[in-house]
Parts: sequence; structure tokens; C-alpha cells
Amino acid sequence: MQGFTRRQSLAVGAATLGVAALGATAVPLVGARAEDTDVPTADVKPPDFKIEKGAALRVLRPAKFVDPDETFFRANTKRFTDTTGIDVRVDFVSWEDLRPQTAVTANTGAGPDIIVGFSGDPQIYASKLVSMDDLTAYLGAKYGGWFQLAQLYGTKWGTENWLSIPMGGSTGPTVYRVSWLKQAGYDKVPDDLNEFMTLCQKLKEIGHPAGFALGHAVGDANGYANWLLWTHGAYLVDEKGKVALDSKETIAALNYAKALNPSLISGTLSWNDASNNKAFAAGDISMTFNGVSIYYVCKNSPDPKLQEIAADTNHQLAPRGLSKQVPESALVVNAMLFKHSKYPNAAKEYLRFMMEKEQYGPWLASCLGYWSNPLKAYSKMGFWDADPKLKPYASGMDTPYYAEYKGPISAASSAVSANYTLVDMFASVVSGNATPEAAVKLAARQAERYFKG
Amino acid sequence: MDATVETAARWVPSRTEGRLSRLFDNKAFLVTLCLLPSAGLLIVFLTYPLGLGLWLSLTDSTIGQPGEYIGLDNFISLAQDPVFWMSVTNTIMYTVVATVGKFLLGLWLAMLLNHNIPFKAFIRAIVLLPWIVPTVLSAIAWWWIYDPQFSIVSYVLVNVLHLRSSYIDFLGSPWNARGSLVVANIWRGIPFVAITLLAGLQTISPSLYEAALLDGASNWQKFRRITVPLLLPILSVALTLSVLFTFSDFQLVYAITRGGPFNTTQLMATLAFQRAIPGSQLGEGAAIAVSMIPFLVGATLLCFFGVGRRKWQQGSDND
Repeated sequence: MQGFTRRQSLAVGAATLGVAALGATAVPLVGARAEDTDVPTADVKPPDFKIEKGAALRVLRPAKFVDPDETFFRANTKRFTDTTGIDVRVDFVSWEDLRPQTAVTANTGAGPDIIVGFSGDPQIYASKLVSMDDLTAYLGAKYGGWFQLAQLYGTKWGTENWLSIPMGGSTGPTVYRVSWLKQAGYDKVPDDLNEFMTLCQKLKEIGHPAGFALGHAVGDANGYANWLLWTHGAYLVDEKGKVALDSKETIAALNYAKALNPSLISGTLSWNDASNNKAFAAGDISMTFNGVSIYYVCKNSPDPKLQEIAADTNHQLAPRGLSKQVPESALVVNAMLFKHSKYPNAAKEYLRFMMEKEQYGPWLASCLGYWSNPLKAYSKMGFWDADPKLKPYASGMDTPYYAEYKGPISAASSAVSANYTLVDMFASVVSGNATPEAAVKLAARQAERYFKG
Repeated sequence: MDATVETAARWVPSRTEGRLSRLFDNKAFLVTLCLLPSAGLLIVFLTYPLGLGLWLSLTDSTIGQPGEYIGLDNFISLAQDPVFWMSVTNTIMYTVVATVGKFLLGLWLAMLLNHNIPFKAFIRAIVLLPWIVPTVLSAIAWWWIYDPQFSIVSYVLVNVLHLRSSYIDFLGSPWNARGSLVVANIWRGIPFVAITLLAGLQTISPSLYEAALLDGASNWQKFRRITVPLLLPILSVALTLSVLFTFSDFQLVYAITRGGPFNTTQLMATLAFQRAIPGSQLGEGAAIAVSMIPFLVGATLLCFFGVGRRKWQQGSDND
């Protein structure tokens, strides 16, 4: 769900920063030069999809993050039409409207052939989707395999059967000011939790505290809450989908959050998704978890002050704590082909075309890290090295963590994040309004309402 | 003479009435027919959504799944949900405090505007501004005013007047956040109350005040014995509407806090939306919305019969 935020925060951020319009600023930092977007591939023969006669396609996808997202998506689609003669209509709908529209399409069996939905949506509509095994096998073989998060969200839970084509993920690593970290005595953000707390204390001492949202911010606050849980080895549900929040690991995470809070900037309990962007751009905070939007807006701003901030900003994958792998997830955009489509082969051919490096590379590069790639080979694009600050986003989907970790992927986790169950658990303890034990029991009870199946 | 009577009695209409015209002469039929368009509109646009909401509240529908009838399960689980009860108390508190504030300040403003002041029309137009501006827009302005880092209020207190050393955490703690939202709601509601009461004030004949003056009444007595009783009928209407608007308020809270911190500013309307749409639990959200109906009916009856008694409305002893 992180994406809702970043898009909104970008809009707010752009408005606040006096950037006239995103359109004016959305110039790719690195041009989509062929050498920047080329990747090594294996020699694999593409599946032969027999395109139906008179095929025409309708595609529904979430509205753009940044202008190049839509521009390149449309340009690639047009190239597909020019090459194959298949007419494709792409509609961009607002993020909030996409899930209801997907539900209507699935239930009525009419509407778009392909819907690029969010993370767990294919699990909900599994029986109504065309298998993607052939296409994912080809893409995986050609492009060095799929990252773990792509596999989790692309396949039917507990099987190897692919339901969808994950096209990208929006992640939220650590964003920090290099000079202030140096001033506090650090070259990078430490992985150890105690060290991390010391860093936050030192940052506060030098007058540049860190800040992580704990208000009702769907993306940022849920991201922070999950990070706190996963770095302590805690999780929302177990392998069978039973709520397993009430554990000593969760209590440890709550105590850590409470101890960490005095070292952070005040007011984070009322932060929404745009707040950390605003505070970072104003120089009020030195470190936060966020997508690339802060860097993107600062770097593209005509304001020299913001450009200075961009020059002093760097990204790093979230600190690991007790977790062996990077404890952050991503909102995945997931292309589903519905069985009601009259032209399934044409639709598969379209998706194959869009995922090939000639099209996918320039699209991914132009989005500057807003989307992380699901296919491993795309991490080797020269583009990521051209601006090393973006490098952490190249492996944004290389993670075993997802919203309902460790349970089966279902619709329940979106209810938990939309109801801020985990966020409120941390917020009530951090503010001293509840003990860790009481907060965890309340949160577990609330989560059980949705994970009852 | 006889012949005349005979003729009148045996008068036969030159045109015999068809069944259709007789049908249209039937009063009951005609009334039904004339009511049909408006009844149809009511059924389609009012009864159907309301009925659907009621039905959804009895199912476990989610977005994407039609769901099954589960009886009162949603209501039973809500009854055990502390967040729901917090939203109920928050809504009642929010409505009561904000309404009292709006009426005290609104009445005061109306009485000021009722005097002869220069640029009267202009000032009255300005007073209406908070009511005219789209709520979401004003909510975003308030959100900035209450921002923990960028609040203009905190800036003035800390950086200009040096009265405080740290910025105020308007929305970060439960009572601060509730108070801040009530203030924003009062600000938005005052114009409606003020302008409505001003209209009421202007219907009061100046001769009553002149008579009171001759009788040697004090200002307080004039207010208590003339203004208040004659203002009560319009007051009851304004109160009813204002309570309904405040009770079902959604935009201000959703735009400023989204119910945070940890649900302490959650209203029934925001909770219903949060559970139903972003949370996908349509049945549960509908149940929360349906739970608002008894409160709304109760509040309406209380305002109407409590304040607007017929004696005052009609100026007689008719109770």
C-alpha cells in the first residue's frame, strides 16, 4: 500500500515546494540511452502465441506516479500496435478506484482484458485468471529469474502456478542526509538495532533528528510498523494464516519503538504520507523511510536549496536488525489476464512485449526507482550505476517479506493496513497511552476479525 | 313547470364518458398518478440505497465478493469492538461541543451583524466565506495550521512572540487532536448559524424593543424576553440541521487526521468509510453507518421537540 502515499505525497510535496507542475520537472535524470537500459539475457525462444484474428485489447492500470511512467507505457503500447496491428486501449485510473473496478470486472466477467492490479489481487480472483506459466517461464529464463517478492505475489499461494505478471514494486528504503550522518559519526546507516538507536540519538543531539510516520499514513506508517516487527523477528500471522502477533518478539519491537521515540522529531504521531517528504525537504529531519519521491522532487526542482539537499541525500536498504534479509516489502503492480478476454493470446503477446528489455528498460529507467524490477537481470542495467544513489531500488523486490508475512496472501492484510491496526498498536505504546502487553492484545484481536478464515 | 322538471331530470349528456375519463375522475387514482414520479424518484434514489445499506449490514460482503446473510453478526462484533465505541463517544462529544460552540458564537455574530454597521452587506458576505469554501480545501488549510513542523500558530508563538520553546503538537495526542478538530468544525459551522439566526433576528419587529424600552427593560431583559423567544422557531430548525451536519461530518476529520492518532479522533462516519472502502469490509462498514441512524433520528427529535415546541412556534398556549 506504500504507493498510495508516494503519489499523494509527491503531489503535495510538489505543491508545497512551489514546483509548478510535475510535468515540468519530470525530466529523467538519465536519458533512456540504449547502453543504460541494456541487460544481459539468455538465448531463449519466446513462446509462440497464436494471435487471434481481429484482436483488440483493453488494459486498465493505476494512474501514473510520475509523467514518464505514463509516457513510456503509452509509447511502448503504441510500438506494440505498430508492430502487430493489434489495437490496445490503455486506461489509467486513480489508485483508490482500481480495486473496486477490478472487483466489478471479475464479478461481471466483462470489461478490460488485462488489469494491472496490486500485490495480492490475483489471489482473490485466481479462478478468473488465465494461467501465466508459459510467459513467466520464458521471461524468467531469459532475464535471470524472478525476485522472491515477484514469485510470492505472482503465483497462486502454495503452488508454482503463475496467475499474473508482476511488473514492478514500489519500495521504501532509508533516505538520509549524508553530511549530517557524517557529523554524527556515521558513514552509513547501521544494521544493528542498538547502533541504529545510537545513531538516532546522536542525530537528535546535533539538532537534526530522524522521523518515521506513526499517524494514519497508509504507506509510510504501515511500512515503519512492519519494519519494527520484522527487524525483531515478529510477524502478523503464522504459516497457516493464524494471527501470531501476541509474541515476545512483538513486545520487544514495541519496547524498542518506545525507547527510540524520544530521539526522533516530535509530532510523528500525526504524520500523514506527505509529512516526512515535507519535513525532509525543509531540512527538519535527517533520515526517514520513503520511496524515491523526496530525492526525485529535490533533484528536479529549480530551487538551488532543494538541489543542494538532493546532492546531500542518499538511499540505503532498511536496517536489518535481527532479520537475515532486508526487512521491507513493496507494493507490487501485478498484471492479470482475465478468462473473459476474447483474445488471450494477443494479451499474452502484449505483456511479453511490454516486459522485453527494448520496452521495459527505458520505462523502468525513466521512472527513476519509483518501480523496482521483478526480473533479476534488470538490476544489471547501466542506469542503476549512472546514479549510484538509486542503487538500493534495483533490489527492492529481492525480499521475502510481504504484508501478510508469514501467512498465505489474502485480502485480509489490506484490511489490516487500511485500519492501521499495527500502526495504532505502536502509536498507542509510543505515546504512553497503552502498555505493550495491552496494545498487542488489542491489535491481535482486531487482526483476527479479518484473518478469521 | 312540470315539463321543466321533467327535462332536467331526464338530461342526458351529449358525450358519454369513456372508462378512461371516468378513471381520471377518480380522485384516488389521480392522486396516486400525480405522486408516482416523485415516489419513483424517492424509491430509486433514497429507499433503494438505504435498503441496500441495511441489507449489506446484515451480510459479510467485501469488495469483490457479494457475501452471505449473517444476521446481526456485524453488530455483535461491533459491540465488542473498543474502536467502534470510541468512535461513538467521539461522535457524540464532537457533535455536542461543536454545536454548542457554533451556536454561542453564531448567535453573538448574528446580533453584531443585526446592528447598523458600515459596509453591512460586504461584511455579511465575508462572514459566509468559511461556509462557501469547499470543506476539503478548508480542511487542508487547517491541516497546515495544525502541522507539527510547519504550523503558523506554533511559528508565531515560538519564533515571533517567543512565548513557547517548542512547537505545539496539535494532532499528535488524543485531546489536542480532538480539540483541534472541534475548533475547525466550529469555524466552518459559524456562518450557517449566524446567517440563519440573522434572518430570524430581522423578522423581530423593532416596535417590541421600543415598547420594552418604554417599560424600562434592561438589555439582558430585552434579550431574554423578546429576542430568545421569537428566535426559537428558527433556532430549532438551524439546530436540527447543524446537529445532522456535525454528526455525519466526514471530510474535516478524514482530511486532517484520518481518525489518528490511534483512532482517538475516529468518528462513526470516518470509521464506516475506513472499514468499508479502503479496508474492503463492506458489510462491517455498512453496519457502522446503519448504527448512526438511531442516533440521528434521536438527535433530530430532540432538537425539534425539545427546542421547537409549538407554543413558541405559534405564539399561543397550544402545546
